[in-house]
Amino acid sequence: MEIFNHNANFNFLGLRRFSVGLAVLLMVASVALIVTKGFNYGQDFVGGVAVDVAYANPVDTNDVRQALTKAGMENPLVQAVGGSREVTVRLQPKDDHGAAGATALSGDEAAAKVSADIMVALKAVRPDATMKSKSYVGPQVGEELRSDGIYAVLFVIVGIMGYLWIRFEKRFAIAALATEIHDVLVTLGIFALTQREFDLTVLASVLAVVGYSINDKVVVFDRVRELFRSSRNATPEEVLNRSINSTLSRTIITSLFTGITMAALFFFGGTVVHGFAITMLIGILVGTLSSIFVASPLLLWLGVSKQDLMPRAKEDPELERRP
Amino acid sequence: MSDFPRWKYALVVIVLLVGIVYALPNVFRPQPAVQISGNRGAAVDATLKTKVDALLATAKVPASAVDVNEKDGRLLARFGSVDDQAKASEALRVGLGDNYTVALNLASTVPSWLRSINANSMPLGLDLQGGVHFLMEVDQTAVIDSQENRYTDDIRALLHDKGVQYDSVTRNARGQGVNMVLRSDADRQKAASLIGADYPDLLVTDGASSGNSFVLTASVKPAKLRELSQGMITQNVTTLRQRVNQLGVSEPLIQQQGANQIVVDLAGVQDTAEAKKIIGAVATLQYRAGLYTPQQAMEAARSGSVPPDAKLYFGRDHQPYLLSKKIIASGDELVTATSGRDQQNGSPNVSVTLNSAGARKMQEFTNDNVGKPMAVLYITRTLDTKMVDGKEVKTPKVTEEVINYANISGPFGKQFQTNGLPSDNEAAELALLLRGGSLAAPVDIVSESVIGPSLGADNIDKGFKSVMLGLGLVLLAAAIYYKLFGLVADIALFFNLVLLVAVMSAIGVTLTMPGIAGIVLTLGMAIDANVLICERIREELRNGSSPLAAIRTGYDKAWATILDANVTHLLAALGLMTMGSGPIKGFGVTLFIGILTSMFTSVTVTHAITALIHGGRKLKTLSV
Repeated sequence: MEIFNHNANFNFLGLRRFSVGLAVLLMVASVALIVTKGFNYGQDFVGGVAVDVAYANPVDTNDVRQALTKAGMENPLVQAVGGSREVTVRLQPKDDHGAAGATALSGDEAAAKVSADIMVALKAVRPDATMKSKSYVGPQVGEELRSDGIYAVLFVIVGIMGYLWIRFEKRFAIAALATEIHDVLVTLGIFALTQREFDLTVLASVLAVVGYSINDKVVVFDRVRELFRSSRNATPEEVLNRSINSTLSRTIITSLFTGITMAALFFFGGTVVHGFAITMLIGILVGTLSSIFVASPLLLWLGVSKQDLMPRAKEDPELERRP
Repeated sequence: MSDFPRWKYALVVIVLLVGIVYALPNVFRPQPAVQISGNRGAAVDATLKTKVDALLATAKVPASAVDVNEKDGRLLARFGSVDDQAKASEALRVGLGDNYTVALNLASTVPSWLRSINANSMPLGLDLQGGVHFLMEVDQTAVIDSQENRYTDDIRALLHDKGVQYDSVTRNARGQGVNMVLRSDADRQKAASLIGADYPDLLVTDGASSGNSFVLTASVKPAKLRELSQGMITQNVTTLRQRVNQLGVSEPLIQQQGANQIVVDLAGVQDTAEAKKIIGAVATLQYRAGLYTPQQAMEAARSGSVPPDAKLYFGRDHQPYLLSKKIIASGDELVTATSGRDQQNGSPNVSVTLNSAGARKMQEFTNDNVGKPMAVLYITRTLDTKMVDGKEVKTPKVTEEVINYANISGPFGKQFQTNGLPSDNEAAELALLLRGGSLAAPVDIVSESVIGPSLGADNIDKGFKSVMLGLGLVLLAAAIYYKLFGLVADIALFFNLVLLVAVMSAIGVTLTMPGIAGIVLTLGMAIDANVLICERIREELRNGSSPLAAIRTGYDKAWATILDANVTHLLAALGLMTMGSGPIKGFGVTLFIGILTSMFTSVTVTHAITALIHGGRKLKTLSV
C-alpha cells in the first residue's frame, strides 16, 4: 500500500517566502502570547489550597469534580484518599471565581476563602460532606529545577549542534537550531493561547518535542547530504526539493504512527497524562510541518552547497582541475 | 544468508531470551502483605509466628501465607485483598505492642528462581500504588545562622582563653560573619593569627580602625558553607530515614533532590497527619547548662525579669527553667540514643552517644560543672505560609521545650547516660525524641500530596490500556502499510517493549505515570527506523534493484540516517535525564533506554528475521 505518489516533485522551496514568513509570524505571535497572556501554571509551579473532605457515604471523585466545575471553579484536582469516603481537593485561588483577586490574600486567608467556597459547592450537591482540614501548599518547582533546566537545555543545544556540525556541516546545525526554537516556541504559544494547565509533565513533553523534532529534521538533512553528494549538477534548490519529496512519505507516516500512540494515551491514559499527550500531539504537528516547510528553505538561505558536503578525504589536485 | 553472519543471529537470540527472562517478573502482581520487624532486639522467630497466627485467627483475617525470615529479622504475612491487609495490620499493631513494628508492604510474588538471578519487577511509583509524597526544603538561612552563632561563641572563647583583650565579639547581619572590636592593632593581628590557625574555614579581614577600636571581621568561606549545607542534607536524609522507620513503612523513598531539597515518598501510607507528625516534626535539640535555682526560675517566670545571662524555658509540665544562653552541644552532634535500664540501680535511663566534636565540648563543660544541672532543650519548628503583596512569605514558628533537666554526676564525653527517668515508657520516648530530634538543619515541608490506592490501581489500568492500545494500533497500521515487512517490524516493536521493560526492571527504574507516557512515546517513535528502512527498500525497488539487493542497500542506506537521527535524539533524552525533578527525569530515563533498545530491535532484529525469510531464495518481488 502506498498513500503518497513517489514520483511527486512538489515545489516546496517555491513556497519558501510564504512558509518561512508564516513560521516567523507564528513565532512572533507565540512570543507575544507568552509575554501578554503567560502560562496557566499548574500547582507544581504555583502551589494551591488543599482541602480534605470527608463524606458520610461513599463518593465518586468524578461527581466531586463535576460539582466543583458547576460552581465555577476551574481545574480542581480531586483525588481519593484511602477509602471511598474521603477526597482531597486542590485548587489555585485564581481558579475560584468567588475568591477572585485572592492574590492579595495571605496563604491562610486564601486557604480559608477557597476552602469555604469549595465546601459550599460540595454541600449543595451532597449535604453529608464535611471539611477535615485545609492547608496552603507551596509550589514544587524550585530554583533547582530552573537552574538544572537551563543547564540541561544548554547541554542539549550544544550537544546537538556539535554533532550536526561534525557529521554534516555548520549550516545544518544552525538550521536545526532555528527550527528547533520555532517548534518549541509555537508549541508553548499554543499553550499560552489556550491557557491549558502547564505543569511538570507538560514541561517534560515540551522537552520531548525537542527530541522528536530534531529526529524529524535530521532525516531530511541526511537525504539532503546524500543527494548533494550524488548529484552532478543540480542546483541546491532542486536537491532540497527532491530531498523533501523523497522523505515526505516517511515524515508523514512516522508522524502519523507517533500521533496514533499519543492519541491512545490522550483518550485512555487518564487525566495525569492528558497534558503530556496533547503537548506531544501539538509538537508532532508543528515539528512535522517545520521539517517540511521551514528547515530546508533555511538551508538554502544559509547557502548550503555541494562543496561543503563532499567528504574531505584526499585533496587530489588532478581532480580539482577537472570541470 | 551470506548477508547476515551467524554470530549476529546468535546475538539476537541471546539478547531476546535474556530480555524475556528479565521482563518476566513484571507479570507477577505484588500481593498485599504486612511486614513485622522487631524493635530493640525483640525476637522474630517461630514463637512470634504462632502469636501472629493466633491474632489473625481472633481477628478473623485469613493470611494466605506467613513466612519468617530469621536472617533479616522480618515476618511477612500475605493477604488476599487490601481490605484484609488493613484489618490485619490494625489487629497486629494492637496485639503485638511496642516491641514490634508493623508495616504495610507489597510482597513480591516473583518465583524464587527468577529472583535468584536478580530478575525483579519494576518498583511502582507512588502514583501507581498510592501513598504520600512530601517535598522538603532545608532552610539555608538557618544553616548560616547556626554556623555564625557557633563561630561567634567559639571566637569569644578563643580570645578569652588566649588572653586577647577585646571590646566586643558580635555577630554581623546574616551572612556577614563575626565582628570583633579589639583595643590595639597588635591585639588585632594576634587575634587574626589565632583565628587563622584554629579555624581555617574562616576568612579574616581587617575593618575600620579609629582611636582605640580596631575592627576585625571573620566570615565563613562560601566553599565551607556549601560543604556544611551538603553535609547537613546528607545527615537530614539519614535522620528522616530513621524517623520513617519508626513509622513502620516498608521501602520508603527518601532522597536528596537538587541542592537543598529532600523527597520523601511513603508508599502504602494514607494518613498524612500521622506521617507528617513524625516526618514533619522539624525538630532539633540542644544541651544547655541550667542556671539558678528552681525558685529563681519560678520567680523569673512570674515577674518576667530574666537574668541577662539566662533565658527562660518551660518543661513539658509547664515548669519554668532558667538555662544558659550558650549551647554545649546540639542535635547534629548526637550519634545515637537508646533507652534501657541502669545496671546498678535498675532505673530506666537513656544512653546517648555524641560525635567527637560534641564529645570534646561536653567533656570540657562537664569537667567544670560536676553537680550542676544540665538541660536538654527540644525545639520544634512549624511553618506558617502567608501571602504578602502577592508574594509568599513563610514565617517559622518555633516551640522550645525542656525535655530533661538533671544534675551532672561526673565528667563525661562521648557516651553518657541520663538517669532518673520515671518510667520505661518515658525513657523510650526520650530516646525516640533525641534520635528523631537530631536533624542537622531545620527542614520545611514545601509540598505534600496523597495518592489513594484505588487511584493508583486505576492509573495502572489506564497506563496498561494506553500502552496496549497504542502498540496495537501501530502494529496494525504497520502491517497494513508495509505488509510482510510491516509484520517483521511489528515483531521487532513487540520485542522492543519487552527489552525496554527488561532493562528498566534490571536497573530498577521506578515506574510512574510519566514513565508510562515515555514508554508509549518510545513505541510510537521506535517504528520510525522501520519506516525509514521500508521506504528505502521501496525506493531501491523502484530504481530497479533486485529484491535482495534492495534489502541490502535499503538497510545500508537507512542505517546512516537512523544513526544520525537517534544520536541527536539520545542527546535530547540525556538532557531530560539530567534534569533534577521527578516526572521529567523518569520520563528522560525511559526515553533514553527506549532509543537504545529500539536501535537494536528495529535494525538488527528485523534484519535477522528478514534474512531468515528471504535468504537463500530467488525472489521476484518483495512484500513491502
